[in-house]
Amino acid sequence: MKISVTVNGTLYEREVEPRTLLVYFLREALGLTGTHVGCDTSSCGVCVVVLDGDRAVKSCTMFAAMADGHDITTVEGLVQGGKLHPLQQAFWDCHGLQCGYCTPGMLMTSYALLKHQPNPDEPAIREALAGNLCRCTGYQNIVKAVQQAAAETNAPAPEPVAT
Amino acid sequence: MSTTAEPTPDKYSLGQSMKRKEDPRFIRGAGNFLDDIVLPGMLWLSIVHSPYPHARLVKIDKTAALAVPGVVAVLTGEDLAAHNLAWIPTFHGYDKQMILAVGKVLFQYQEVAGVIATSREIAQDAAELVDVEYEPLDPVVNPFQSREDKIILRDDRENKTNHIYHWEVGKRDATDAAIAASDVSIKERVVFQRCHPAPLEPCGIVADMDAATGRLTLYLTSQAPHAHRTVVSLVTGIPEDKIHVISPDLGGGFGNKVPVYPGYVVAAAASVVIGVPVKWIETRTENLTTTGFARDYHMDVEIGATKDGKVTALKVTTVADHGAFDAAADPTKYPAGLFGIVTGSYDFANAFTELDAYFTNKAPGGVAYRCSFRVTEASFAIERGMEILARKLNMDPAELRLKNFVKKEQFPYPSPLGFVYDSGDYHLTLRKALDMIGYDELRKEQAEKRKRGELMGIGISTFTEAVGAGPSKHFDIMGIKMFDSAEIRVHPTGSAILRAGTKSQGQGHETTWAQIAADELGLDPQNIMVEEGDTDTAPYGLGTYASRSTPVAGGAIAMAARKIREKARKIAAHLLEASVDDIEWENHAFHAKGLPGKAITMQEIAFAAYTNPAPDSEPGLEATFYYDPPNLTFPYGAYIAVVDVDPETGFVKVRRFLAIDDCGTVINPMIVEGQIHGGLTEGFAIAFMQEIAFDESGNNLNTNFTEYLVPTSLETPHWETSSTCTPSPHHPIGAKGVGESPNVGSPAAFVNAVMDALAPLGVTHIDMPLTREKVWRACREASTA
Ligand code: FES
Ligand code: FES
Repeated sequence: MKISVTVNGTLYEREVEPRTLLVYFLREALGLTGTHVGCDTSSCGVCVVVLDGDRAVKSCTMFAAMADGHDITTVEGLVQGGKLHPLQQAFWDCHGLQCGYCTPGMLMTSYALLKHQPNPDEPAIREALAGNLCRCTGYQNIVKAVQQAAAETNAPAPEPVAT
Repeated sequence: MSTTAEPTPDKYSLGQSMKRKEDPRFIRGAGNFLDDIVLPGMLWLSIVHSPYPHARLVKIDKTAALAVPGVVAVLTGEDLAAHNLAWIPTFHGYDKQMILAVGKVLFQYQEVAGVIATSREIAQDAAELVDVEYEPLDPVVNPFQSREDKIILRDDRENKTNHIYHWEVGKRDATDAAIAASDVSIKERVVFQRCHPAPLEPCGIVADMDAATGRLTLYLTSQAPHAHRTVVSLVTGIPEDKIHVISPDLGGGFGNKVPVYPGYVVAAAASVVIGVPVKWIETRTENLTTTGFARDYHMDVEIGATKDGKVTALKVTTVADHGAFDAAADPTKYPAGLFGIVTGSYDFANAFTELDAYFTNKAPGGVAYRCSFRVTEASFAIERGMEILARKLNMDPAELRLKNFVKKEQFPYPSPLGFVYDSGDYHLTLRKALDMIGYDELRKEQAEKRKRGELMGIGISTFTEAVGAGPSKHFDIMGIKMFDSAEIRVHPTGSAILRAGTKSQGQGHETTWAQIAADELGLDPQNIMVEEGDTDTAPYGLGTYASRSTPVAGGAIAMAARKIREKARKIAAHLLEASVDDIEWENHAFHAKGLPGKAITMQEIAFAAYTNPAPDSEPGLEATFYYDPPNLTFPYGAYIAVVDVDPETGFVKVRRFLAIDDCGTVINPMIVEGQIHGGLTEGFAIAFMQEIAFDESGNNLNTNFTEYLVPTSLETPHWETSSTCTPSPHHPIGAKGVGESPNVGSPAAFVNAVMDALAPLGVTHIDMPLTREKVWRACREASTA
């Protein structure tokens, strides 16, 4: 069947098998391998992408066909104008990743969280990330990173410097 | 201008929390993990697994599977046997394991057939159509049943017994006598349950036989790429120069990615035979049920002591469940790994430990799960034992420990079970922990709460590890000595490439290795590129596990850099027109004695090495060093957990957890802290939720992430960390390794805390994992007793 889906701002029209999972469509049909696979039971969250701008979804739990007509943001879509997204910067600054396998999912879940709650406290962040496993970091620095990114995003834009 | 400004931190020196150099690709989703590798014409392998834990294989019918369009081949054990690949030797070479079952299956989910097809989905669908007829046999589901030898599992072996080996160390008679003569003694069976490392990225391979060049390239989730190349060569007879192992970015390893698994062998064999690339990626269920289990030790711990609390003797008797094949990943001469560290941080005059290992109908493995070869089991045994002894003596567990620690002046300390501990100050570290957590206050609070019937517990663990295997006179794997290596090439403009025989799985080697070299050479760590995991380019090394990277490869890097510095000294002499003997290395530059103010940097020397080499020296500036460590290193720590237990629900709230680690010289404090957070989280998981359990029929009960519970951000406690620093006297930069300490040391702290909370109920011990149900039951039984 034919689907048309916008991924990171680009419209793709593709033939897919009805049973193709969104995660494999992204990884194998579009070559966007930043979205990972870590389980068979919708438990780990390394496959999380953002649907229609503000919903974190596990792309292993959606068929590609269900994304027809929708807008998907993956980790590859976070960099804007060559600049890291504040979440990416904060994960780097705060040592919020080790092996990096969970990182794309963590970033996308956090991205959706900040769309709804620009200023989440620690319990809210931990709650939001409860569907994303990490075997390396123990979460503490991930929470710190999300807090830093939130503070950054909410900070007033710096005054343009006169030249 | 302020005169009190902090000095600018020296960018070269060790001990800086430099941000990680590997992160930019991972935060962009631009890592290159195994499943990201797609080659033209690549086929997929899917494996058929046995539903029975023990059964005779009657017949395998491939017809229906082969009829599926897109299926290229279906391989069975018989097919592999034709190529002499039905069995391969296990890691330490004492046993062999089946790749695809022949004759019978020995554990549930054992690999029975492999289907090769043009897509992942076709391979999976067709695998379900492979028709296998089994004749079920009675299973052996625990090592105690196994040792009765009523059902013999391995009829392929000469000795018709399920007993694999007996191992012992120490003085049996003296220890028994000392325990018998002691004022007070304890004996407790503590079980370290079977669990699984479960890195988020499962294992996998892309095998690519290139008929044109005759080379077999294996992209492999490998913590030890060179060792894997050698194993492949030994097993297949393919010359080692025709095998290229590339271990790409690894999404965690924790010991899971050390062994060779059947999926690897089948994919490689299929690629060789069919002549196109073949990919196999484990499903999570395959990961949890077939590859790399850890622990499964049943340990009887006995300690004797005087009535005022001086320990006199330790005896630990272990029964080990090794599953269907003896595939434990341990150095050749250490069948029970480094379990001899079981005397821990304490000065025992007498000690003895023995272990018997048995086959059962469970998956093979016995990997060092974030562990230096069984030190986790050993630490758990001694730290639980000390806690139980403290209670029996009616003595504070901190005081008991302080009374029995090996003293600072006893180092290097020869332990009764054969190690020589390098350095430590156990008293200092525990005292710091007691201070930081406010121990006395907590004990007061606990006393208050006990009066009100509330269950609060404080648990201590003061472990010592033995890591960094290892010195070549003792340590080898399949005969290959456990050295490690580094090669550094300094480019003309003063940047460099550094290659090592290790393989990071998240530990941050691209950063820390650059920091070590930068500090030794006075170069900018940002401009030292680190490369690992490619056997065509990296020098030979045994890989990353058992906290060996920093103790072994870290030493190799420092020594390779020092070799470069020696050559650079000659060039400096040439440039400064001074005698080599008058050239000194200070503040990361060379100076000539008597020529103050005139310094020459490594960058200048690098340029000269290519443009103006010293008269009697080779051009260029590079060195390789193979480092054979003189001893293991002995990191240690003092951990304290504080918990509240709700007897109504069995819920344990970890209120505080403080970890003080001493890993010697710290290369990058931010990374060390990150390692500790991660390891504590795994220790927490082991203490409270992770277990691969089996029912009485041998069915695996924890086959995916809804049954094998990994802690989420919600359950995971907040970690408090700090450190003391006792450098290793024998390591080139004094580092000891840290990745495993938190996982080794923390399970006992958690369990000790919960048992301390339950002490008023008279509960002495509950085996891990301390699930709510188990804790609730213990509380209930105690209150109804
Ligand atoms: S792959 Fe694990 S939740 Fe999607
Ligand atoms: S960084 Fe490795 S799983 Fe999260």
